[in-house]
Amino acid sequence: MSTTSATPATPSVAPTPPPSQPGGAAALGRAAAAALFSLAGLRQLGVCVLIGLTLALMTGPNGKAAEPLGAVRHAILAPRIVTYLIIAAVLWLLIALWPLARPLWSMGQAAARGPVTAVAQQRFAPLGLNLALLIVAIIMPMFFSNAAVTWMVDGVGIYALLALGLNVVIGYAGMLDLGYIAFFAIGAYTTAYFTSKTAISAHFPVSLNPFFVFPIAFVLAAVAGVLLGAPTLRLRGDYLAIVTLGFGEIIQLIANNSHWTNGPRGAFGVPHLSIHLLGINYSWKLDPKPYYYLLLAIIVLVMIAFGRLERSRIGRAWAAIREDEIAAEATGVPTLRLKLLAFAIGASVSGFAGVLFASKQFFNPQIFSLQASFLVVTIVIFGGMGNRLGVVVGSVVLQGLAFYLRDKVPATDRFIYFGAVVIVMMIFRPQGIVPSRRRKREISLAEHGVGHADSLGSAPTSESGAR
Amino acid sequence: MGFVHQFWQLTIDGLMSGSLYAVIALGYTLVYGVLQLINFAHSEVFMLGAFGGLFAARELVNNFSDTPSGMASVGIVLVGLAVGALCGAAAAFTLERVAYRPLRKRNAPRLAYLISAIGASLFAVNMAGKLWERQNVTMELPFTNGTVFHVFSAEVNTKTLVIILVAAVMLVLLDTLVARTRLGQSIRAVAQDADTATLMGVNVERVILLTFIIGGLLAGAGGFLYAMTFSASNNMGFIPGVKAFTAAVLGGIGNVRGAMLGGIVLGLVESYGGYVFQASYKDVIAFLVLVLILMVRPTGLLGERLGRAA
Repeated sequence: MSTTSATPATPSVAPTPPPSQPGGAAALGRAAAAALFSLAGLRQLGVCVLIGLTLALMTGPNGKAAEPLGAVRHAILAPRIVTYLIIAAVLWLLIALWPLARPLWSMGQAAARGPVTAVAQQRFAPLGLNLALLIVAIIMPMFFSNAAVTWMVDGVGIYALLALGLNVVIGYAGMLDLGYIAFFAIGAYTTAYFTSKTAISAHFPVSLNPFFVFPIAFVLAAVAGVLLGAPTLRLRGDYLAIVTLGFGEIIQLIANNSHWTNGPRGAFGVPHLSIHLLGINYSWKLDPKPYYYLLLAIIVLVMIAFGRLERSRIGRAWAAIREDEIAAEATGVPTLRLKLLAFAIGASVSGFAGVLFASKQFFNPQIFSLQASFLVVTIVIFGGMGNRLGVVVGSVVLQGLAFYLRDKVPATDRFIYFGAVVIVMMIFRPQGIVPSRRRKREISLAEHGVGHADSLGSAPTSESGAR
Repeated sequence: MGFVHQFWQLTIDGLMSGSLYAVIALGYTLVYGVLQLINFAHSEVFMLGAFGGLFAARELVNNFSDTPSGMASVGIVLVGLAVGALCGAAAAFTLERVAYRPLRKRNAPRLAYLISAIGASLFAVNMAGKLWERQNVTMELPFTNGTVFHVFSAEVNTKTLVIILVAAVMLVLLDTLVARTRLGQSIRAVAQDADTATLMGVNVERVILLTFIIGGLLAGAGGFLYAMTFSASNNMGFIPGVKAFTAAVLGGIGNVRGAMLGGIVLGLVESYGGYVFQASYKDVIAFLVLVLILMVRPTGLLGERLGRAA
């Protein structure tokens, strides 16, 4: 779309000044002043100042409950506010003067892009790009400290896998699951139940190797997903969000209160993964690197599998549901069953990741908090819903930043930024940083009144006639 | 002590929490009426109102050397309610402007609204945690909490009475507002059909904003009542929020009287259920009610009434 409009502009050799400024600098200055001090411009100034104040609060010192306005005072009525006001002013100049600069920008872009587009348009073989990224991912741990590699497993890798699963729900089926981490908890506790006699109070008569728990957890999480999704999805897609939200909280509550799960103490001593097959005896121990490579292999496999799923009959049916549920139903797509399938697939990936996590380390109910679910949602949204590579990149960027800034931003404050990121993405770039082409097109079509780009509407089979 | 013996006490407790759920549920149901959206950040409106009201009332209580009484108590409760309601309204206003309106301007898909509301909720919860610590904040009651009267074997204390009375007044006011005023009429018109309402001269944007603000006023005042009796904390909104939504669905989403009924029924069910099962699993009951309703009677007790008179 953008390239077709840019190609005709290629012949323009010398960038001519924008057409609306015959008088040169003076006229430009007048135009700028008019843009800045118009009603709209002053409004933008107000918004920018508010953004600056919010930033000042976000980065400011922590407050005390005994002194409700203390933090606000230390953050805003202090010399540091000058920095944020300058940021606000710069932002204002950028926003208000953008209409004046746009002609220059698009011209420069056209000149720069013109000759290149032809080559770039031959769609850089995605395979090459993916292989390059894979090689980077393989050699990466060699350059990092042990703490960083541990984080690459616990923080980045596990969440990338979770995001890939949630992407099926949000990206492919267009629904929202806010209790996603509950299935992760199911996977983790299942592992503790089946692999050890001591990890939690309840245990299976025979201790299994964690590898055998993968299919069990996979199935259990899927069953939980179906049980939860079946009554909900029949009705309205948006109810699913709140039901899963409640479910996530319930699972944590049960884990915390039941004596079978060891309550708040959590599970200790779940055995590590190990292979005893055909004379190979290998076990994963405390070193994070083997886990990293195992996780990487799983992520790559899941990405390949989901890529095939996306292009399969099922994937196309999901796309049809997102774009127009009623039409899909009318052409014979079993919408309810497919939505349920997406939800169950998402859940089972989460359960699968739970096994991996549990066999690596100690866990307690704290880990399966609501915020963890929201973090996965944030990663999917930031990365780009519907794009497998995008959600992995989302995990790498967000969790990487979290690790990089771990000394500067306290872990509890991270979620302020995640919340802000989600809102900003939804306002300015709902398709994410690495958008899926199809999803992006759907969103923009929906904004022009064609289709829905999600499957939250009431299903055509529901009792909408009863109103 | 058997269930029969405890029955009236459980009923009173259930009515108390139920009337709070009803007050919060109205915010969900009103917004669902005009936008057909679950406002996920409504629980944070409740939380911010709770903090605002609590801080204001605590400031006043601290001026007294002993527990205030008489008109002073009434005044402090009223100030707390007013400040809580205003904070709630301000939060709801900001929420609508930041997280909803830019999306509405662009006619974004509904998924986008849900997600940006989650973002707003995440932001508000953690910002409050940063500003006012991540722990329970309590205040001393602005009145002496004694037994006022007995209902059969059950004691009704001042705290419970204040909550039930204030909630009842708010519910009646809201019902009148929606059923009888011009604003209520335009809210119903927008809920029925926003496009037609525009053609009839209703300023839809304004009605949406006012709906958020009304929901915020109620949730904020409810938040103060909650904080006064229990405590306030940055993540306090979540569980009452899910329960209030359950109440709204239970009564029939979009149905104002349904939300009130749903709240009270849910409060009672939870109170009895919490006695029969373990108290620590009390929160599970509301969730089971939600799933059961969705399976058995998804339109709620009084039926969905998007856009009809309350």
